[in-house]
Amino acid sequence: MKYLDEFSNPDLARRLVDQIHAVTTRPWAMMEVCGGQTHSIIRHGIDQLLPDGVEMIHGPGCPVCVTPLETIDKALAIAAQPGVIFCSFGDMLRVPGSSKDLFRVKSEGGDVRVVYSPLDALNLARENPDRQVVFFGIGFETTAPANAMTVYQARRLGVTNFSLLVSHVLVPPAIAAIMESPRCRVQAFLAAGHVCSVMGTGEYPALAAKYRVPIVVTGFEPLDILEGIRQTVVQLEEGRHELANAYPRAVRAEGNPAAMEMLADVFEVTDRTWRGIGMIPGSGWRLSDRYRKFDAEKRFAVTDVHTEESPLCRSGEVLQGLLKPHECAAFGKQCTPRNPLGATMVSSEGACAAYYAYRRLDLVQIR
Amino acid sequence: MCLAVPGRILAITEVDGVPMADVDFGGVRKSVCLQYVPDAVTGEYVVVHVGFAIQLLDEESAVETLANFERMGILEEEFGDGFTRAAEQAGVERK
Ligand code: SF4
Repeated sequence: MKYLDEFSNPDLARRLVDQIHAVTTRPWAMMEVCGGQTHSIIRHGIDQLLPDGVEMIHGPGCPVCVTPLETIDKALAIAAQPGVIFCSFGDMLRVPGSSKDLFRVKSEGGDVRVVYSPLDALNLARENPDRQVVFFGIGFETTAPANAMTVYQARRLGVTNFSLLVSHVLVPPAIAAIMESPRCRVQAFLAAGHVCSVMGTGEYPALAAKYRVPIVVTGFEPLDILEGIRQTVVQLEEGRHELANAYPRAVRAEGNPAAMEMLADVFEVTDRTWRGIGMIPGSGWRLSDRYRKFDAEKRFAVTDVHTEESPLCRSGEVLQGLLKPHECAAFGKQCTPRNPLGATMVSSEGACAAYYAYRRLDLVQIR
Repeated sequence: MCLAVPGRILAITEVDGVPMADVDFGGVRKSVCLQYVPDAVTGEYVVVHVGFAIQLLDEESAVETLANFERMGILEEEFGDGFTRAAEQAGVERK
């Protein structure tokens, strides 16, 4: 257990690991949905502390990774237009579109800016009334309230030169899609804590019952993840499949009512294509009618977008937990964070990037 | 970008009809929107994601989380400059 001394509280970590070993009698495969958790698991070697046969399957919860290629290509086309200030979170800059990325658009003269909060983009629009300011609104339920509030403010303050390129994705429909897949091996889920901070846990008991899988709401720090795994294994061993909250300090069952009210006003549910995975019914949000005029896709009629994925990239299988990153032949060879072929190699929450950052030396040797 | 980081509210003001706070994240200060935690008061800890507080957090666990994040370099990753990071990733020399 060479990693244990890296935990903030090694004694507690050891106790949790011991308990997991003590209750485990057979192999189990559980999926952590969120890319932030994947990152933490690989960084701290949590999967290597588990009993043999207890496997962590990495899920699709990296919004940067699942933003559809077509939307990335539209972003690139809009960002290259004169008069546009294109704002994004920093993680999106290196995500490969069909032929380039936002970083490249900037070096070719596009006005691409990284903002910390979408409100910064709205402020830019107010300071630059003669320019069109577009914000790349991606993310799960955690990020959506920020983007919703920004559009709400734009409408309220009458800021007409601001728009949102929206590609929001939702966790519960993705869990259902994973369970419906004929190749599914997942027996339990660690649900993403901060998604539930916003949305609460109301949607999960029905999923747990329907698919007979434990769903344990879990935080992001190493000890939180160990506790989430412990609760999951206990349920599996006892043959239970219930919702449990292993992250009560930031998650209440009812979620955040003020945020949910704003979301219901600004967004409506839509089918969404997930990069590498395909269309998942009802798995996204788009702007509701009241806010449709702030939709960048409507404002900039971007046509002629021909999408083309790298033929080598198998990130779709990685995102569905069907393939571990190092099992992709391009991993660490043609595909590195410097020259990523797929989005999962870009974002720090992508599984390929996490494996490359923390485990490539071991893995490439094994292979 | 998926991270949410705890921070302590130093001062609350209203900007364009919205409650905004000066929030301290273990030494880094940022402006944070409090629209979704209407009951938050100065001195309390909130979980912040992309400039928005999404939940209140008790002080003890917030302080512990911040210390862990500091130790793991996560605060620098979250609040550092996005372009610098992308440039480093792309292998572009730093100025
Ligand atoms: S290693 Fe690269 S090419 Fe292979 S699946 Fe991951 S991102 Fe795609």
